[in-house]
Parts: sequence; structure tokens; C-alpha cells
Amino acid sequence: MTLAIVGNVIIEGVLTGLVYGLMALGLSVIFGVVRVVNFAHGEFAVVAMYAAYLLFVTLGLDPILSLLPIAAAFFLIGYALQTVLINRFVGRSEHEQFILLVGLAIVIVNGLLMIFGPDARPANLPYSFDSYAIGPLFVDKARVYAAAGALVVASGLFGFFRYSATGTAIRACADNLTGAAVVGLNIKRLYAFTFGLGLACVGAAGALMVPIADASPLLSQAFTLLAFTIVIVGGLGSMAGALIGGVVIGVSEALASLFWAPSMKSMVSFALLVAVLVFRPQGLMGRRL
Amino acid sequence: MTRHRVLPDRREVLAGAAATAAALAAPAVVRAQSAALKIAVVLPRSGYLAPAGQSCYRGALIAPKVLSDYGYKVDLVHVDCESNADIARTQTERAIDDGAQAVVGAFDSASTLAMAQVCEQRQVPLIVNIGAAPQLTEQGYKFLVRNFPTGGMLVTNGLALIKTLLEVTKLDAKTAIFLHANDTFGTAQRTAMDHIFPTAGLPFTLLDSIAYDPKAQDLSVEVTKVRALNPDLLLVVTRAADAIKLVRDMVRQRFEPKGIISPGSPGLYDEEFYQALGPLSDYPIYNIPWANPKSQMTHALEAAYAPANPTFRFPVECFNVGFTFEALLVAAAAFKTAGTTNGAELMKAVHATNIADHVMIGPAIQFNEKGQNAGIPSAAVQNRNRTPTVTLPADVATAAPVLPMPGWQGRT
Repeated sequence: MTLAIVGNVIIEGVLTGLVYGLMALGLSVIFGVVRVVNFAHGEFAVVAMYAAYLLFVTLGLDPILSLLPIAAAFFLIGYALQTVLINRFVGRSEHEQFILLVGLAIVIVNGLLMIFGPDARPANLPYSFDSYAIGPLFVDKARVYAAAGALVVASGLFGFFRYSATGTAIRACADNLTGAAVVGLNIKRLYAFTFGLGLACVGAAGALMVPIADASPLLSQAFTLLAFTIVIVGGLGSMAGALIGGVVIGVSEALASLFWAPSMKSMVSFALLVAVLVFRPQGLMGRRL
Repeated sequence: MTRHRVLPDRREVLAGAAATAAALAAPAVVRAQSAALKIAVVLPRSGYLAPAGQSCYRGALIAPKVLSDYGYKVDLVHVDCESNADIARTQTERAIDDGAQAVVGAFDSASTLAMAQVCEQRQVPLIVNIGAAPQLTEQGYKFLVRNFPTGGMLVTNGLALIKTLLEVTKLDAKTAIFLHANDTFGTAQRTAMDHIFPTAGLPFTLLDSIAYDPKAQDLSVEVTKVRALNPDLLLVVTRAADAIKLVRDMVRQRFEPKGIISPGSPGLYDEEFYQALGPLSDYPIYNIPWANPKSQMTHALEAAYAPANPTFRFPVECFNVGFTFEALLVAAAAFKTAGTTNGAELMKAVHATNIADHVMIGPAIQFNEKGQNAGIPSAAVQNRNRTPTVTLPADVATAAPVLPMPGWQGRT
């Protein structure tokens, strides 16, 4: 096993992990502020994949570019969903929230099955077969583009929370809800804004997944599980933790495939999850927003 | 004065009992006089096995007309098992409840195993069209026959053809890797490889056997792992969806073995494979049973297939369509022989099958005591200009095999 091969696998794992991380980032943002766990997260990611796929086959729009309209649309959907539906469940018992979002997930996945059927839909992009040769390394163009897109979106989100007034207000809600209410912040509107941002992240991640994986409703549960694993490993509610968790899971699965058996890679990510829950329950970067 | 008897005598009781028995038996008689055999055709028409399932389905759609021309009457009920063994089981149960008198399916060994349990309980004949896991005919099912090679037969025939391929092309291959889907079929093939390869007398060493998840989003790490070992040959057991991902990642990583050869699996000849990869789909070789171009029944099948599939590029899909048609032929012929839809009687006729004129290459269709057709040979078929082309055995070949395969670059 040469160092170049191991390096190649690590790079692939990092690139894929960044896209996974962006998807998990949405989950982490929503939980960190609204304190609602979005059990329909993977389903929304798959809806975004289909949206990107449809934009590609009908308008020829590259999924890397289609992440902008898709993220915008998902922001509006998230804002409306929180305003109309989820705000009613904030503060109610966790099992009620769980049932609500699992129900939503079932509706979405069955809707996708009815509309598209269970078959995978590949988008044959012009660069699907291309790679960059860097010395002995071969790096997929599709992964590089997707990871770069994920980094740009994540940076924008970090910047929004760090430097914008709305971002600061949202962080205030996350840090001290009572204090935020006392100073006159509109909590429900900020919750809706946050849920919209979370779904925009998922929408962007779904669009970025299309060059890497074929769209299929059957991916949704795997994506939800993956997002949960990543945020628990990275630290539920931590934005940086979500990205780092994504990279850790992406690289560990890739290395497990290389050194052990490709069919066993999920076992490694779940073993990591168990280890984190036992030894560092708050996750690697376990801090709130 | 004559005394009228109120109670029936012994003769009247016997006559009444006979009449009652006849009345109760009437539905069976009616069933026995059915004009056509109602067959449930269970296939994975959606899900990750859909490309092959749809291909089999196209064969099932044209079968009634061809069978009718040969004097067989069938009434088909098409069922989609969605590439899911649980759904295959429940849908088979439902089809039998709805009156199916025989079942054909299901391309996938896992689904077929689930269906076999239902058919056994309900005493309805199950004719396996495609499904290579050995346990299908090793678990003592009395209502199952398989007109398809076992994984062991496929591998034995496939490895023998690889040896011939290397001799014919004079290819110097010293190493190989076996890459297989980690599903029922793939693991059965792996087991067969483990047993048969050491005694097959092949001139190369098997460096490793690598299992992968056929539902994986990509196979980049698997290909990287293979590339690290740099084998001369890549032996594969794939499905269409993962075969596409495999070649895509091989091209991305510029990994070019001297040959990609399947010792007996689908995927590399599916239309979806050609459509997704274009010229990159050329030159893999798959050693599998194939339709006999000299058979009258193959010509009849082609004649029915072409108008039903005007956009399809080939006269007929020689593997999936051929075997699905033959499974229906076995059921229809047994019904004609038995003259009844009674499961036990029908199954007796199925076991006694002896059909000399059929579609696939090989001797007459017959089943051994386990319900296995043990006489199905393979051909070495290579993709050339996006067309499956028989390259071995020499007597049925239409082109010579090309090995080593040309590189990925420059194929436009």
C-alpha cells in the first residue's frame, strides 16, 4: 500500500466529508437555535437532489450552480414550515416533535416514490469522468467542485452568524432565550429564519451531492442517519463541529474501506459514534452557537 | 297400506354423499379446465435492480404471443418486487391469493428465496428465470425448479472460458482481483470462486477478493484499493447500476487493467450500462449463457420482440429476455402436459420437462431431482461498439475476442 494511495483515499474522504458536513450543518443550526431535531433532514436533502437533477435535465443547469436557486427556495420552504407548523411544537414534549418530523419525513419520501419511483436518477455531467492528476494522486473533478461549493456555503453561513445583525440576534436566541426575548427580539421570526437557513444548507448540500451520487428516495434515511452521526461526533449545535464531523466520518469511512472491507465502512462510523457518546458525549467541538 | 319411509336407506345415503363430493369437487374440475395458465411474473422492475428487471419484463410482455404460436396458453400477471425481498414475498402471496397458478421470477436470488417459501407453503410451482444462489435448489423445495445455472456452474464455466480467452488472445496475465457485490448473488459467486479457482488451472494469481455494497453512492475507494494492487485482470460480479459506478471511477482514476472480465454476472450488457457510459462501455467480457442464434424459437422471439421494442438496438436481449421467456415456456408446457392447474400435478409435469427446441444455447431443458437444469453452458460475450458480441465458443462466435482492452483515453 503506497503513501500515494492512502493520500488519495484521504483526499476523497475529505472532499466527500465536506459535503456531508454541509448537510449536517443545517441540522446542527436548527437544533442549536430552535431546539428541534429535524428528523426529516435526509428527506429534504433528497428533495434537493431531485430539484438539482430536474434543473439539469430540463434546463441544463449544472448542479453546482443550481444550488443558489435551490437554497433560496429551501430557505422559503423552511421559513414557511417553521412559521406554519413547527412553531406550534416548540416547547412541547420531545416525543411530539419527533412524531411530527418523522411523519413529515414519511410524507416526503413516499411523495418522492410516487412522483419519481424508486429508481436512481444519474446526472451525466460533462465532467463526470474527469479528474485532476496531482503527481501520483487522482482527484475527481466532481468532488472538488462539490467540496468547494460546500466550503463557500459554509463560509457564507459562518460570516452571516458572525457579522450580520440578524445572525447576532439568532446567536443571542441560542445563548439566552429569555434575555433575547427581554430585549425585544422577535423569537418566532428568528426561529423561522433559522429553520429557513438550516433547510437552505440542506438544499445546497443536496444539489452538491448530485455530481457525486445518483438521486434516489432510498438515500433519505441513510442521509438522516449520516447527518445525525456527524453532528453527534462533531457536537450537536456546533457549526464548526458539523463540518469537522463530516470530514472525520468521510475520512474514517474511506480509510476503513481501504484497509478493511468496503462493505464494512458504516460499521466504523457507528463505532466512532459510540466511542464519542461514551468518552465525549458533547462531541468533538461540543459548544453551542 | 304402504308405509312411507322417512329415513333414507343406505343406497340413498351413498348417492347423496357422492353427489355432495362431486359438488365440492366442482371448483377443482373447473380449475382443471382453465383455458390458460395464470402465471405471476415477479420481477424487480424498480429499485437498484430495475435495469435487469425491466429487461426481463420486456421478455415477459412478448411471451404470451410467442407461446400462443407454439400452442401454449398463458395469462400473465406482472408484479414489481421493487428490488426488495420482503416485497417479493408479500406480492407473491398476494398474487397467489388473486388466483396465480404458477409463479416465475425473480432475477434476484434473495427475492427468489423469499418467494420460494411462499410457493412451497401454497403448493404453487415457482420457475426461477434468473437467480444463481446455490441454496435455491439445495434447500429441498418441492415446488421450485431453476432453468438457470447455479453460481458454481457460472463460475466453473466462466473460469474455463477465461482460460480459453487467455490462450486465444495470448494475453500474459499474471495477477487478478475479484471484485463483487456484497449481496446474495455476489457472495454466492465469491464462495464459488473460493472453491473453484484453486483447481481451475488458470495462469494468474488471485491477489484479493473485495466485496462492495451494491447500493453504495460510488466505488471510488474500492477502485483505489484495486489500483493499489495493480492487477492485470479485474474479475467482477456486478449489477448494472454498480457496474456504471465501477467504470466511472476506473476512468476517473485512470486505472486500466488488461481486461475486465465477469466470470458470470449481469450489469455489463444492460442497455443502461451502454447509455450511461457510451464508448467507455466497450471491451468488458462477461461469460454467461446466451441466446442460440440458430434456434427457431430464438427467431420467433426476435420477431415478436422487434415490433414491441422499436427503439431497442438489438434483435432481442439475449440473456434476461431469453431466460424469462424460457421460464414461462416451462410453466406453459407443464400446464399443457398436466392438463390441470392443481399445484402438485403441475409440479409433477414441471419436473418431467424435456424441451429440446428452446431459446438459450445448450441441450434440452431438463431438471434433476433437485429441480436444477444442470446442462446450461456459457459463452464469452464482449461489448464491441456498444453491442454484446459472442467471442467464444468458436462455433457460435461472431467476432474474435480483443484483449488487452484498449485504454480509456481517446474513446469518443
